[in-house]
Amino acid sequence: MYDVIIIGAGVSGAAAARELSRYQVKACVLEKEEDVCCGTSKANSAIAHAGYDAANGSLMAKLNVQGNKMMAQLSKDLDFEFIQNGSLVVCTEEENRPGLEALLERGIKNGVEGLRIVEREELVEMEPNISDEAVAALYAPTGGIVCPFNLNIALAENACANGVEFRFNTQVEEIERIQGGYRLKTNQGDVEAKCVVNAAGVFADEIHNMVSEKKITIIPRRGDYCLLDKTAGNHVKRTIFALPGKYGKGILVSPTVHGNLIVGPTAIDIQDKEGTNTTRAGLDEVITKCANTVKNVPLRQVITSFAGLRAHEEGHEFLIGELPDAPGFVDCAGIESPGLTSSPAIGCMVAEIIKGILDLKENPDFVGTRKGILNPETLSMEERNALIKEKPAYGNIICRCEMVTEGEILDAIHRPLGAKSLDGVKRRTRAGMGRCQAGFCSPRTMEILSRELSMDMMEITKSGGKSSFVVGTNKDQI
Amino acid sequence: MKAYDIVIIGGGPAGLAAAVSAKEKGVDSILILERDKELGGILNQCIHNGFGLHTFKEELTGPEYAARFIKQVLDLGIEYKLHTMVMDISHDKVVTAMNREEGMFTIQAKTVILAMGCRERSRGALNIPGYRPAGIYSAGTAQRLVNREGFMPGREVVILGSGDIGLIMARRMTFEGAKVKVVAELMPYSGGLKRNIVQCLDDYGIPLKLSHTVVEIRGKERLTGITIAEVDSKGKPIPGTEEDYDCDTLLLSVGLIPENELSRGAGVEMSPITSGPLVNESLETNIEGVFACGNVLHVHDLVDFVSEEAGAAGRNAAAFVMGERRTSQGREIKLNPIEGVRYTVPSVIHPDQMDDKLTVRFRVGNVYKNCYISVYFDDERISRRKRPVVAPGEMEEIKLEREKLLSYPDLKTITVKIEEA
Ligand SMILES: Cc1cc2nc3c(=O)[nH]c(=O)nc-3n(C[C@H](O)[C@H](O)[C@H](O)COP(=O)(O)OP(=O)(O)OC[C@H]3O[C@@H](n4cnc5c(N)ncnc54)[C@H](O)[C@@H]3O)c2cc1C
Ligand SMILES: Cc1cc2nc3c(=O)[nH]c(=O)nc-3n(C[C@H](O)[C@H](O)[C@H](O)COP(=O)(O)OP(=O)(O)OC[C@H]3O[C@@H](n4cnc5c(N)ncnc54)[C@H](O)[C@@H]3O)c2cc1C
Repeated sequence: MYDVIIIGAGVSGAAAARELSRYQVKACVLEKEEDVCCGTSKANSAIAHAGYDAANGSLMAKLNVQGNKMMAQLSKDLDFEFIQNGSLVVCTEEENRPGLEALLERGIKNGVEGLRIVEREELVEMEPNISDEAVAALYAPTGGIVCPFNLNIALAENACANGVEFRFNTQVEEIERIQGGYRLKTNQGDVEAKCVVNAAGVFADEIHNMVSEKKITIIPRRGDYCLLDKTAGNHVKRTIFALPGKYGKGILVSPTVHGNLIVGPTAIDIQDKEGTNTTRAGLDEVITKCANTVKNVPLRQVITSFAGLRAHEEGHEFLIGELPDAPGFVDCAGIESPGLTSSPAIGCMVAEIIKGILDLKENPDFVGTRKGILNPETLSMEERNALIKEKPAYGNIICRCEMVTEGEILDAIHRPLGAKSLDGVKRRTRAGMGRCQAGFCSPRTMEILSRELSMDMMEITKSGGKSSFVVGTNKDQI
Repeated sequence: MKAYDIVIIGGGPAGLAAAVSAKEKGVDSILILERDKELGGILNQCIHNGFGLHTFKEELTGPEYAARFIKQVLDLGIEYKLHTMVMDISHDKVVTAMNREEGMFTIQAKTVILAMGCRERSRGALNIPGYRPAGIYSAGTAQRLVNREGFMPGREVVILGSGDIGLIMARRMTFEGAKVKVVAELMPYSGGLKRNIVQCLDDYGIPLKLSHTVVEIRGKERLTGITIAEVDSKGKPIPGTEEDYDCDTLLLSVGLIPENELSRGAGVEMSPITSGPLVNESLETNIEGVFACGNVLHVHDLVDFVSEEAGAAGRNAAAFVMGERRTSQGREIKLNPIEGVRYTVPSVIHPDQMDDKLTVRFRVGNVYKNCYISVYFDDERISRRKRPVVAPGEMEEIKLEREKLLSYPDLKTITVKIEEA
């Protein structure tokens, strides 16, 4: 029997696992997909929100501000990309100025530091491409951008290095109460644990409702995005939000940590919890609405579009805690935005709760740091050549757009919780994320995966399951 | 730092032909840098017939055509490096490259010939909504998988875009045992060569639906189907015209983009129309001693023209190295593409530097029937060639003579346009 089972290897589950690994605990993460970071954590705005948005006094507000404050140090400890580029909430109608004031006040009450209102003149100086309609903005210098994949992956790898087990392709289908804990029935057999953490994202209501009489409902609220080429990445420096006004909630425009420009999201309530398909209407909304705050967004430079699902719970609040009618069962549900930002704090809170239940002792061997995949572009020419001499794979470029080497891909495959699919390689190294969208590198990456994992080419997938890339050999059916 | 007179970026047909002509003109210090495992470029995966009709007066496959140039490069003892990615070209022609054996290294070049070819537009650039399952490939990626590696990307295929690669792949997938259900093309005309439509679609009964596009993509893991719809004259899907197709594969042949990241990095000025460098009569860019040819300059349909253009680039680079170039007297004639003519290569001419005969290549923006390709020297029409049909899918050309240009000492602009009969 495990001490703790965590359901879901998104950023919430991974953060909880990492924080729990500070203690002497036998823990296991169960994930229905083939890899970490396959749910909402891979498809979002990737903003480290400052924390002025959530209602005063809410758990969401508290964890957001805490998470934002923890992010800089965590990004150093765990070696993932985080840039505190600051954010601006732009007001384009004079009569909405009170809304801006209210946001400022809410932010101050939430404990957000450095907030101030900037007037048009200063705003234009900060962001020359700001809309001609912009009258003023709330400036939050603590707002930032983060690599959502590497945040999630780094937390999971660090948990794994500190002894947490991970099981992939393992879907929890039923939960039974047993003496001293729970039995989880999965497609890969039963597993038992004293405590269960429900970090199942948009499916957290289904997991919750397996053990509790007080039912909850999570509505997938889809957000569509367009991602633009790196040539557009300098269009704005900060993250530009729209103050909610006559156009509704508004579309954000932001650079990403890798230098692309992201534009989105929409907010469309849907039924299908796997409905991550973009729609024409959604993409059109993104394209038209982004002009409300930023002018001349070079939309011809779109390189891809995608959608993510917010785990929206009616009360719009994080539901984190042990269930009164299910002792040892800890919810981590309703983790919609700012869930990514809050994740470091969510992890601490969940670990605190479990520690209280199981009376955990510190893990003296805990190592709180992790090295990410080496990016040779950060090296000097001499260092790079020394590396290539030792490991010639670092001299072989596989992804021409992002200039990713074979060495990085080998590292991604062979490190703990390594990549098993093209998407796995892509999230870890960016191979295939550039302007040609893997047209060039996918056959090459497939060959590497096949060789390194001794898998047949037919077994190589985009993202596990039935997502194989090639289905046979020439003329095999004639 | 090592130094070469001519460094050629890319060992495809353009790079090879440029190397051969430069060497034949008398330059010995030439280096070709190629990132792939062999010379020959995209031709290595074009195993179909139809190359070399102009150059060799016989029908060769892509690899056979490439082999003829590769043999010349070997016979002439021209140096080349494979598995070598060029990472950067500086404004002063320092080329940075990398491979497994030598690591990252720099070369000082006297001249650089850009011959990097082009890449395919991806699904993302089209912003087609829907899921993002496996089973969606650019046609060239599928071509590489099938022709070089022997793998079938799928069994039931829909192709979006009627560019030549898409047409060729419709036939190839059929040969290899797949069912190609339909080719949808956004424009009211095909972007490919007429002969490819006949030989690759018509001969196999594959329908081509013009003015159609993909409006939905289904399947969470692997593609299960798509929906196509007819589009109006602005390219917007017309509601009610949707048709569903079950398929496990969608091939995209929706355009090629010259691969000019390196050129931009060096400060080469680009044409917004071709996405390739702006060049003069010598195929030289705004940076002195940096030349461009082949698909990196503008997308070609026929490799014969690539070889011809690249031969000129190689000769001009050699002339530059050998100090043979007449210095420009400052007289510059602008080419002015209008009324149906989208661009010209070159875009300016220095008559004192041009060869006796100069080929100007261009594409038209629409299908024109029974029209004239007209050339004006300033306001005077000096030629008019009747054409039964011109189309965006086929590159056009005019020839200019040096003598003639010199006899117009005040000539400022040469206008090329389509005139309807
Ligand atoms: C459009 C959009 C924009 C956003 N923008 C931001 C932002 O800018 N900043 C920010 O801070 N936050 C943002 N968020 C929110 C943030 O992305 C989420 O809060 C966070 O990623 C949630 O992580 P999670 O681990 O709770 O869920 P997920 O990442 O969805 O992880 C849940 C995991 O559980 C697994 N699972 C589910 N059911 C089972 C089962 N039965 N058995 C086993 N495994 C199971 C899933 O496969 C999945 O991997 C945004 C969200 C969206 C949708
Ligand atoms: C599918 C297809 C079908 C065709 N069918 C026909 C046909 O039937 N008949 C016909 O006549 N023509 C045909 N063509 C056209 C003809 O093949 C091309 O026009 C020709 O190959 C272009 O030559 P290129 O040298 O400019 O480019 P490429 O052949 O693309 O060569 C460019 C080379 O540069 C290398 N390179 C690029 N960047 C770098 C870098 N940074 N460092 C190092 N090396 C680099 C590439 O690896 C490549 O080898 C076809 C083309 C395609 C794609």
